[in-house]
Amino acid sequence: MNIIKFLDEFKTENLMSVKASRREIFGTFGSLGKRAALAAIPFGLVAMPTRTYAQTSGDPVSALQLALTLEYLEDEFYELGLQSGVIPGGRPEIVFQQISQHEAAHVEFLRAGLQGAGATPVEKPTFDFTVGGAFDPFNDNGVGQETAYAQFLALAQAFEDTGVRAYKGQATNLMGSQFLTPALQIHSVEARHASEVRRIRGLKGWIVRDERGEGMPEPTQAVYDGEDNVIQGGLDVTTIGSGSPFTIDASTEAYDEILTGDEAVAIASLFIVS
Amino acid sequence: MKKNVIKVIQPKEGRFNQRRQFLKLSGFALVGTGLLMSCGNDDDVHNPPDEDVFDLGTGDLGVLNYAFALEQLEADFYTKVVNGTYWSGASSTEKQLLLDLYNHEVNHREFFSAAISAEIGSNTSAKRPTLEFDFGSVNFNDRTQVLATAKVLEDTGVAAYNGAGRLLSNPDYLVIAGKIVSVEARHASAIRSLINPDSADFSGDDVVTVNNALDVALDPSQVISNLGDTGFVVTPFTANSLP
Repeated sequence: MNIIKFLDEFKTENLMSVKASRREIFGTFGSLGKRAALAAIPFGLVAMPTRTYAQTSGDPVSALQLALTLEYLEDEFYELGLQSGVIPGGRPEIVFQQISQHEAAHVEFLRAGLQGAGATPVEKPTFDFTVGGAFDPFNDNGVGQETAYAQFLALAQAFEDTGVRAYKGQATNLMGSQFLTPALQIHSVEARHASEVRRIRGLKGWIVRDERGEGMPEPTQAVYDGEDNVIQGGLDVTTIGSGSPFTIDASTEAYDEILTGDEAVAIASLFIVS
Repeated sequence: MKKNVIKVIQPKEGRFNQRRQFLKLSGFALVGTGLLMSCGNDDDVHNPPDEDVFDLGTGDLGVLNYAFALEQLEADFYTKVVNGTYWSGASSTEKQLLLDLYNHEVNHREFFSAAISAEIGSNTSAKRPTLEFDFGSVNFNDRTQVLATAKVLEDTGVAAYNGAGRLLSNPDYLVIAGKIVSVEARHASAIRSLINPDSADFSGDDVVTVNNALDVALDPSQVISNLGDTGFVVTPFTANSLP
C-alpha cells in the first residue's frame, strides 16, 4: 500500500482545506523563498483541523499502520544521523545507537504484527528530513557540525515526543485486540527515549505546560499543543490538593496528552516526500 | 513500627480465584533474600482475620484501586526522599528532578483517590483504606539507595500500567493510564540516567527486550508479588479478581 494513499485514508474526515498534498501546500508558498516559507510552516499546519475530530474507533490495523509510519520515520532518521558523523562520541553516540536499535526493532515488530493479522504493512515512505532545505540535521548541505547536531537533537526530541503522544492516541483503537499490550510496551519505550533526548538537550525529561522547550524551532510547536491540559477524567487536577504537586507546571508535567491520528499524520507528513 | 508485610500469592487458575492465600514475611526478612515462604496450599498458611485485609476489587474499579495503591507507594517514597538529607544536599538539578517526581506522584495519587470516589459514588463503603508503607530498609540519606529504590519503583510502575491496560474496559480510563504510564517511563529513564549517565541504561536491555524493543508488562499478581519482596507495603491487601 502506498504511504500517501494510506495517510489520506487514515484521515477520519476529508479535511478539504487540507486535502492538498504536501507538495501542493508548499506550492502555494512558491513565490516566497522556499527555505523561509518552509521554516515558517508549523509541523501541524498541513492537516491541522480547526476542531478536534473524533476518530473512528476500533480499527487496530489503521492504528498499527500509523505506528509503523512513525517508526519508519524514526528508524531512518537515527540511522542517517549515526552515519552522518554529526553525533558526538560518548554519551550521545551511545544513547542514539540504543534508540536506533529500538526503532529498527519496532519497525520489524510492527511489520510482522500486521502481516500476522493478514494486513499488508504500508511501504516505507521516502523521507526528507531537511523539510525542503529548512533543516540540515545530517550536515549534508554544509550548515556545520554544531548546527546540524543541534537540529538533529531538536528533531529527535520532536519525533520522540510525537511518538509518545501518537501511540497514546491509538490506544483506544487497539482495545480488545492482541496489539494493545505490545503497543503500550512500545509507547513506554518511546517515553524513555523522549526523556533522555530532552535531558541531553538540557531540558526536563517531561513536558512542562505546552512548552516545546528552549532551542526548539517554532514549527515544532504542534508537537506540544494541548500538553497544557489540566482536566483529567473530568477532574481539574490543579484543584485536587494543595501545594507544589498541584501547580499548573506539576499538573501538566504529570500527564502526557494524546495526539489524534490526524494530528500525528500532519506532523509526520511534513517529512514525507512520497 | 513493626514490619509485618503480607505477600499476596495470586493463583493463575480460576478455581483458586475465590480463595485468599497469604504469606507473612518475617519482620526480620531482608529485602530480596528469598526468605519468602512458598505457599502451596491453605494448610501452610496462617490466614489473617478477613477484616484486616481488603481486596482491590473487580473490573475497572479494581484496576483503579491497584493504580491508586502503586501511586500511594511512589508518593510516600518521594515524600520521604524530599525530607531526607541526600535530597537536601543534592545538586540543584538532581534536587529539582526528585522534587518533580514527588510532585507528579502526589498528583497521581490524589487523582486516583478522587477518581475512585467518583466511581463509587454514594457507596462510600467501597472506598479502600489508605495504605501504610515502611521503607525501613532504605537509607534516605544515601544517594545510591534512594536512586536504586526509585529505579525499582518507576520501572515497576511502567510494567504495572503496561500490563493493566488490557484489563480496563472504559476507554477514558485507558487513555488516562496511558497519560500516566509515559510519565512514569520518563521518570524511569531520568533516574536510570542519573545512576549511570553515559550509558544506554535509560532504556536498558534489562527492561527493554533486545529483539522487539518492548518494555516490561506485568500482571497485577506479578507486580504485587514483586512488591511483597521489597517489604515496603505494610497494609495487607489482595487482588483476587485481577489476573
